[in-house]
Amino acid sequence: MFKKMTVSGLLLALSILIVLSGCGGAKGADETGNTGSSSGGSGSDRVTLKMMHLWPAGSSAQQNKLVTQIIDQYQKDHPNVTIKTEIMDNEQYKNKLKVLSASNELPDVGITWAAGFLEPYVKGNLFAPLDDILGGAQLKDKFVPGTAEAYAINGKTYALPIELNITPIYYNKDLFAKHNLQIPTTYEQFKQVVKTLSEAGVEPIALGNKDRWTGSLWYMYLADRIAGSDTLKKAMDGSGSFEDPTLIRAASEVQSLVDMNAFNKGFNGLSNDEGKSEFMNGKAAMYLMGTWEIPNFTTNPDIPQEFKDKVGFFKFPTVDGGKGSGDSWVGGPGVGLFVAENSKVKEEAKKFVEYFVAKWGEQSVKDAGVIPATKVDTANMKLPQMYVDLLGELNKASNITLFADVQLKPDAAQTHLDMIQALFGKAVTPEEFAKKHQAAVQAGK
Amino acid sequence: MSNKGVIALYVLPSLLLLLSIVYIPIVLTGYYGLNKWDGISPMSFIGFDNYKTLVQDQAFWQSAYHSLLLAVFSAISLIGYLAIALVLSGKIKGANLLRKIYLIPMLLSSVAIAQLWIKIYHPSNGVLNTFLNSIGISDPPSWLADPKVVLFSLFVPIVWQYAGFYILIYYAGLKNIPETLTEAARIDGANSWQIAMRIKLPLVTEIIKVTVVLSVVGSLKYFDLIYVMTDGGPNGASEVMASYMYHKAFRSFDFGYGSAIGFFLLLICLLATYLIRKATATKDTVQFH
Repeated sequence: MFKKMTVSGLLLALSILIVLSGCGGAKGADETGNTGSSSGGSGSDRVTLKMMHLWPAGSSAQQNKLVTQIIDQYQKDHPNVTIKTEIMDNEQYKNKLKVLSASNELPDVGITWAAGFLEPYVKGNLFAPLDDILGGAQLKDKFVPGTAEAYAINGKTYALPIELNITPIYYNKDLFAKHNLQIPTTYEQFKQVVKTLSEAGVEPIALGNKDRWTGSLWYMYLADRIAGSDTLKKAMDGSGSFEDPTLIRAASEVQSLVDMNAFNKGFNGLSNDEGKSEFMNGKAAMYLMGTWEIPNFTTNPDIPQEFKDKVGFFKFPTVDGGKGSGDSWVGGPGVGLFVAENSKVKEEAKKFVEYFVAKWGEQSVKDAGVIPATKVDTANMKLPQMYVDLLGELNKASNITLFADVQLKPDAAQTHLDMIQALFGKAVTPEEFAKKHQAAVQAGK
Repeated sequence: MSNKGVIALYVLPSLLLLLSIVYIPIVLTGYYGLNKWDGISPMSFIGFDNYKTLVQDQAFWQSAYHSLLLAVFSAISLIGYLAIALVLSGKIKGANLLRKIYLIPMLLSSVAIAQLWIKIYHPSNGVLNTFLNSIGISDPPSWLADPKVVLFSLFVPIVWQYAGFYILIYYAGLKNIPETLTEAARIDGANSWQIAMRIKLPLVTEIIKVTVVLSVVGSLKYFDLIYVMTDGGPNGASEVMASYMYHKAFRSFDFGYGSAIGFFLLLICLLATYLIRKATATKDTVQFH
């Protein structure tokens, strides 16, 4: 009997242990989610700021280093502030942000995208307006025109951009030279290049379209070049139509590229990183991607110099008879920093964001080789040639068309992305593609 | 131990645990499904609208069809596992080692398995296509990008992932059958095939029923490998119910609709369990005790 009691006693203890550890775990998680609020609310002496960002040391080494550097400096200058970071890669970051906003536990400072992505958060009153620091001493008139505006909704700015990106086509100079190819300036020439490469057994274009926004860039460019940026912009905001014949032609051009075997095999099942590796290991000749890749082709010490020397870039070619200019780019402000509305250390968080954006503007150029959204003075800096060239292109850009999945509202963006995959996989006709887009944009969610 | 109070006390911790992490969330999910909610702004009650949309949602039914295919596929593969377990439980050399080898996939995390199979399926440098090229098939499919084959390309690693688990269950069941029964049969002149079919199988029917339920329900709510390997793509060709729910809630910001799908998924799983139990119910269970 006694033995039995002991055994059941032990079992009870075990079950309690499990329950308690369950609670303990939950509480722990809660604490990390809210550190800023709990420790910062008590007074001004010790403040803990919680920051979430999306540059893991592995895949975005330069940016990661830069963030750490800025935080270290800030902590040195403000000994009472501790900044805790949590880092995830892009997709995980987006998911976590949504989960945290559903439970209203956003970090004090975090990263967001512009326009359509931002809208639900602003509507839900989760982000704090940052107009006071935007017009403040440190940041007044520092932003490239059009960048901070992308984060404004109903006249208030809810995040401050730190990156500005355009998307050139990177190419492998060696492969081009080997097949006697010139940089194409018209779409006809471009197709000729694709044909030559494909016939020679080289993959013309590296693409990982599992992530879908990668393929979207191709459609956006063709749409921009054929239909012109105005038509595209109007179709996106619902005042125009995706069923415009020129936009349908853009979609069918995507399929004709697919028919020419322009993209690496199986692109619809490969992630962007897998697609990129086709370019990085010299198997594919071209790669259309944002300027955030510049460090990988210039300063990143992990990538062999002889490969970096091989990489050049060119602008997306113009289409004969098309309405778009060659100086129009797909791109836009990449990510920006927000401050959570319910943060208990909002003032501190704002100060940090102000500091961060200013420092990022100064240091990202020199140290990370990414293009900031703040104006850059390159006069006394020694910068990689590719960086200088792209910055030059950016300065004379006639138009920047914002990435489709950022521009559209969440549900329409998903339709767009799914349709992109279907278009590339030839599961829909260009007409159906246009129709689905039109319906999604009209639904307005 | 007859004291009811003590029993209640002992049951209480698990009851609380179950309530707080299983039953209450289920009720809440059902309730969220009745609301229009983007996960951020306040909810607004819309009655059964989400469920009405759901019933007419072709994309959902397509994903349900994919889930059902997976369920059928994994139920059929149980036969294979059972056969392997039967062989292993016989007196063959190295059975112990083999059993451990079969168990390895189960010890790997889903993401690791997914990464492994992504490499295997890589359209140009994957092991599979390299092999197919070398035996003269010049244009092997892109396994994860071709809408016609993608679903089956995913089924293979899923089945592979759980092989060890089911083999282990069957193996344990078969090992439990007393030696005396098989020996008696052998003396009566039964061969190995007859022993397997007439003696061993009937004695593990209860276990088989449980595994059928486990594999069917497990397949209906399956998510992880599909999420990592194709994310439901290309264009929904490998979307299953759970991934569709996830996409609606987290990508399209429609938590109300996502919750409705989740609740519906639960109902489907309950229904499947009920039907299977009903279909396999027998009055007289064979027992050797």
